[in-house]
Amino acid sequence: MRTYKQVFSELKHAALIPFFVIGDPDIDSSFEIVKAAIDSGADVLELGIAFSDPIADGPTIQKADIRALDNGVTVAKALEFIKKVKAYKDIPIGLLMYYNLIFQYGLEKFYEDFHNAGVNSVLVADLSIDDADEIAPAINAAGLDTVFMVTPNTEVKRIELIASKTTGFIYTVSLLGVTGGRQELSDMVRPLVAKLKSVTDVPVCVGFGVSTAEHATQLAKAGADGVIIGSRLVKIIEKNPGDTAKAVTEISTFLKEVKTAIAAV
Amino acid sequence: MKHDGRFGEFGGFYVPEVLIPALEEMEEAFYKYYQDEKFVSELDNLYKNYAGRPTPLFYAERFSRLVGFKVYIKREDLLHGGAHKVNNCLGQGLLAKFMGKTKLIAETGAGQHGLATAMIGALFGMETKIFMGVTDVERQSVNVHKMKLCGAEVVPVADGTGTLKDAINEALRYWTSNVEDTFYLFGTACGPHPYPTIVRHFQSPIGIEARAQCLEQIGALPDVITACVGGGSNAIGLFSAFLDDEDVEIIGVEPAGRGIATGKHAAPLVAGKVGVLHGTKMYLMQDEDGQILETESISAGLDYPGVGPEHCLLKDSGRVRYVGVEDEAVLYVFNVFAKCEGILPALESSHALAYVLAQKGKLPADTVVVINLSGRGDKDVGIVERSENAAAKSSL
Ligand SMILES: Cc1ncc(COP(=O)(O)O)c(C=O)c1O
Repeated sequence: MRTYKQVFSELKHAALIPFFVIGDPDIDSSFEIVKAAIDSGADVLELGIAFSDPIADGPTIQKADIRALDNGVTVAKALEFIKKVKAYKDIPIGLLMYYNLIFQYGLEKFYEDFHNAGVNSVLVADLSIDDADEIAPAINAAGLDTVFMVTPNTEVKRIELIASKTTGFIYTVSLLGVTGGRQELSDMVRPLVAKLKSVTDVPVCVGFGVSTAEHATQLAKAGADGVIIGSRLVKIIEKNPGDTAKAVTEISTFLKEVKTAIAAV
Repeated sequence: MKHDGRFGEFGGFYVPEVLIPALEEMEEAFYKYYQDEKFVSELDNLYKNYAGRPTPLFYAERFSRLVGFKVYIKREDLLHGGAHKVNNCLGQGLLAKFMGKTKLIAETGAGQHGLATAMIGALFGMETKIFMGVTDVERQSVNVHKMKLCGAEVVPVADGTGTLKDAINEALRYWTSNVEDTFYLFGTACGPHPYPTIVRHFQSPIGIEARAQCLEQIGALPDVITACVGGGSNAIGLFSAFLDDEDVEIIGVEPAGRGIATGKHAAPLVAGKVGVLHGTKMYLMQDEDGQILETESISAGLDYPGVGPEHCLLKDSGRVRYVGVEDEAVLYVFNVFAKCEGILPALESSHALAYVLAQKGKLPADTVVVINLSGRGDKDVGIVERSENAAAKSSL
């Protein structure tokens, strides 16, 4: 199974990391969309399992969660989905989700089942480093990498603690706020990436608000090891209801543009 | 964080990283000020002269005669704003002031917490935003007007079922983007640490007063105390003073809505499973996967799928017994109590009254029961009228 280490050591440019909600707008279309993202140059996939109350997400991803849930996605179906993606291509997959779904599934079983399906890490949006000990035994037993968030208001001491517990990459939140497309990159992000780079060797991937090839280029120049693009892609799905082919085309075109841009940095 | 905010396995602070600094700052400020002489004297003055504390303990003679034992009512309904919510809002609002914050946000269900926050925002000259589900905006419209009159902005939240849970989601999202200058004045003894501890502290005068009043008026502690449980703030405010009094039986009353068996209720202690939502581990209404279920209750203030972590521990330890009361019984007692005592009880508080009414004839005549009347029912007159009309129609 391909690891984050392999990706970040082999790549000559920042990793392209698209985010989708599994089963958005429905399981079959979602698979077509993820395949297209892989074919368009994704280096790592970030996938969400829909939750009824996504407090860290803005309207775009909230609606994606609702579409996926309305069309019948469950945690069990998400597991099957991941197996299918891995059968299509061995690409590292990070999950991004909320704690209650893991808690109900059972910690040990969750991490074991999803690791066996091919997941490299699970970032829990509503679980900070303070509660890392609650999930650490199950993660270690299953052999997953860890990914934690750092935000612009995280203090340096805490960044060091987070880095020391992170084996995958630091999910660097570019701004104070929830997920969602933005016109401009937050002016907090460049200093944050620089700070992280001065403190740790753990790869630094930036997400939240990354919406254009230009944003991705700027982040790559600032030293980011990866760019995570979510709402911008999910918005394309939202805008093309019932027309998966069109969503696939638009997503492919956009991702290729971003890939070309970051490869040139 | 200095403390883990746990009540047994419950509680904690399951929040996105971005909110940690704000919660840490709040925890630090709370422990710095809650026993500080200046803070305490300012708060005591506000409790007394702004809110109207202490509230009376009233012997409800005609209702007592009806049920066949002695019922005393802790009159939180007489407080400024019409509910216990002002206790917590004065405490947290003063904390915000001592911390130098100038902006308040809050969620609200029944509108009582929103109104109390709006009042305190005006009192302290702070910019105030209240998040409220669209269903609640409609069913508690009088409170929406009152909040606006106090200068608050009311933000309607259309997600989900447009109730309290959705309002909390949106308030948390807003806070995430505005953590640096905004104080989130949380309305109940739930949510991430330090809220359950802070809210219990600021609601604790209810129980402290009630206990002293019992000793003074009756010369003894009560046999039973009871309160309605939404997130659990009025209940923990009453219960906390009596937890060590082993002979006092404590009953928390949850909204059983249209009946526990129908699934259309909001009674996680009676019929939920342990889970994590809104920053805390608690009993929660959820499906197999852990998706949060829609709730239903005639009282907007109790219409929430979770419940404060301390109540979860008190349930598991057996110190408090939690029961459910259905909408129908709540509407019935609303009328009965108004006619017995000339007091309109909030539909939330009516849950506790309904439980007591159901004990009619089952307890010895010298039994003393204290009910926390957490709020007044003026805000609910429209709802009661509409459901009476509906009942009249369906019986034709
Ligand atoms: C009068 C009244 N009682 C009770 C509640 C429920 O809250 P809690 O369980 O926190 O006391 C509310 C909430 O809005 C209320 O307005």
